[in-house]
Amino acid sequence: MRKVAVIARRELASYFNAPVAYIVIVTFLLVAGWMFFSSLFLMGRADLRPLFAPSPFSPSMLLVIIAPAVTMRLIAEERKSGTIELISTMPIRKWEIIAGKFTAAFALLAVSILSTLVYAISVSAIGDLDWGPVAAGYFGMLLFAGALTAIGLLCSTITQNQIVAFIAGFIVCAVLYFVYWLQFFVPPGLASFVEFISVSSHLESMARGVIDTRNIFYYLSLIGGALFVAMRVLSRQRS
Amino acid sequence: MSDASQAMVEARGLGKDYGTTRAVDTVSFKVARGEVVGFLGPNGAGKSTTMKMLTGYLKPSRGSAFIGGIDVGDDPLTAQSKLGYLPESAPLYDDMMVLDFLEFAADLRGVAKAGRREKLKGICERCGLLNVLGKDIGQLSKGYRQRVGLAQALVHDPDLLILDEPTSGLDPNQIVEIRQLIKDLGRDKTILLSTHILPEVQATCDRIIIIADGKLVADDTPEALTEGTAGATIQIVVKAKAGAALEAARVMALLSNIPGVRGVANAEAEGPGTLGFALRAAGDVDPREGIFNTAVSNDMVLVGMQRRGVSLEDTFRRLTRGEKEAARA
Ligand SMILES: Nc1ncnc2c1ncn2[C@@H]1O[C@H](COP(=O)(O)OP(=O)(O)OP(=O)(O)O)[C@@H](O)[C@H]1O
Ligand SMILES: [Mg+2]
Repeated sequence: MRKVAVIARRELASYFNAPVAYIVIVTFLLVAGWMFFSSLFLMGRADLRPLFAPSPFSPSMLLVIIAPAVTMRLIAEERKSGTIELISTMPIRKWEIIAGKFTAAFALLAVSILSTLVYAISVSAIGDLDWGPVAAGYFGMLLFAGALTAIGLLCSTITQNQIVAFIAGFIVCAVLYFVYWLQFFVPPGLASFVEFISVSSHLESMARGVIDTRNIFYYLSLIGGALFVAMRVLSRQRS
Repeated sequence: MSDASQAMVEARGLGKDYGTTRAVDTVSFKVARGEVVGFLGPNGAGKSTTMKMLTGYLKPSRGSAFIGGIDVGDDPLTAQSKLGYLPESAPLYDDMMVLDFLEFAADLRGVAKAGRREKLKGICERCGLLNVLGKDIGQLSKGYRQRVGLAQALVHDPDLLILDEPTSGLDPNQIVEIRQLIKDLGRDKTILLSTHILPEVQATCDRIIIIADGKLVADDTPEALTEGTAGATIQIVVKAKAGAALEAARVMALLSNIPGVRGVANAEAEGPGTLGFALRAAGDVDPREGIFNTAVSNDMVLVGMQRRGVSLEDTFRRLTRGEKEAARA
């Protein structure tokens, strides 16, 4: 565990030394703010659901782009520069490398997501805010971001080209995100399948304030599965 | 566990294929505790690939690697914790500062925090890094990168160093410095280093391993590889008497009958009135005494005799080119 923290700390430092981290946080705050205030004034409701609900141009959709962008570098860059050889010959396990990288990228996204709490707090100052659904929404959003991060990290392990890693990650995340809307156009049997595999449907129910163990299980298995495959890919490296 | 008699490094039938490319065929050797061993071979011979397998970066296609008696394949972490490794061309995190990077390496190596700063400073001093500690690694010159790579391999004070071309890309002054550093380190550490600079091996190594085309072609001391009488040449110069051509034929016949002489050829003379010959020594008998006696008893005036051992270059070229030709045939 200590080595996971060492890896994570190094990655976080490089996010924050370059402007990457600040760009991510500010962009996220702006998009979330726009989404939030426009719905606040349109509907006049002290409600944070638009912040979490999957829809085009929502914060969650922004994560579909941001997550592969912050993870694309993680392993691909190590392969490209050859530092993978350095780190692979240190006494550290493959899963510790993967877990450390995941933790760093996830922490950056978590900070971005949680920074929108300023909106929640400002709403609660004006009107009555039901914190229960808000907590559920944030919880769902963090799980959602974790799943995208794990997918992005997996895509970064399969190539030494960051751009390829980004595009692969973006395509997988976007398909899992947008397939959700397909359920309204396909036969019922297929619709429930589509609903099950989409990252959006599970977020949707948590955005409504419902915490269902099935949703949690879905995200955790997606995270676990992607990280496990990433670890295997890293283990059977040849170059 | 490992005892003193156990080899610090052992390659046992080690081999690696990349698809259909046979990078390393089957290589076996040992490095004893305390030895400094040079690992030589032409470009593409498989030196780096062998080192990558020894350090647990690559999985061998055949055979196994042992570090301090531990099978790298079975227990890579324990094996890796015993060694410091400088990969070829010193890959480093360009976005980190030198000191931060060394701290990072020390963290991963599990070096205790207490007294660590002092230890790291000591290593930086040895590697000549004190004036670049706060610089980004990406801004360093090749030579300094190489030093950071070396420092990184030393943070946990390992018993074994595996260094892949530690002096490549350095200027002559730095080469001398790093060579001296390696010599110092070799006093209390086992070192396996690869290089293309042959004088460097002669200056620093107790033993030389040469591979070519993924196969081991030599494993011996530098002395044995250069001073072995076989292949040495002896240049002699004699005074020419009247009828130089006749005299040359007579002397040549006499010389070729001397025990320990494998062949005689004409060689450069030292000016008019002298004849030069080059003798190839055959085996373990030093033919110089025989040459002298023959000269005395046959009224031959010997004015010069010089023995030239084979240089490491000669041996290297003979072994590595021969191997290629044999493989082609
Ligand atoms: N990742 C790889 N994929 C395919 N072939 C490789 C790979 N790495 C090395 N090889 C091949 O394996 C052989 C041995 O390479 P290696 O790098 O071990 O040689 P070397 O002795 O270190 O050479 P040099 O002196 O140039 O550093 C070469 O023929 C090389 O082309
Ligand atoms: Mg090499």
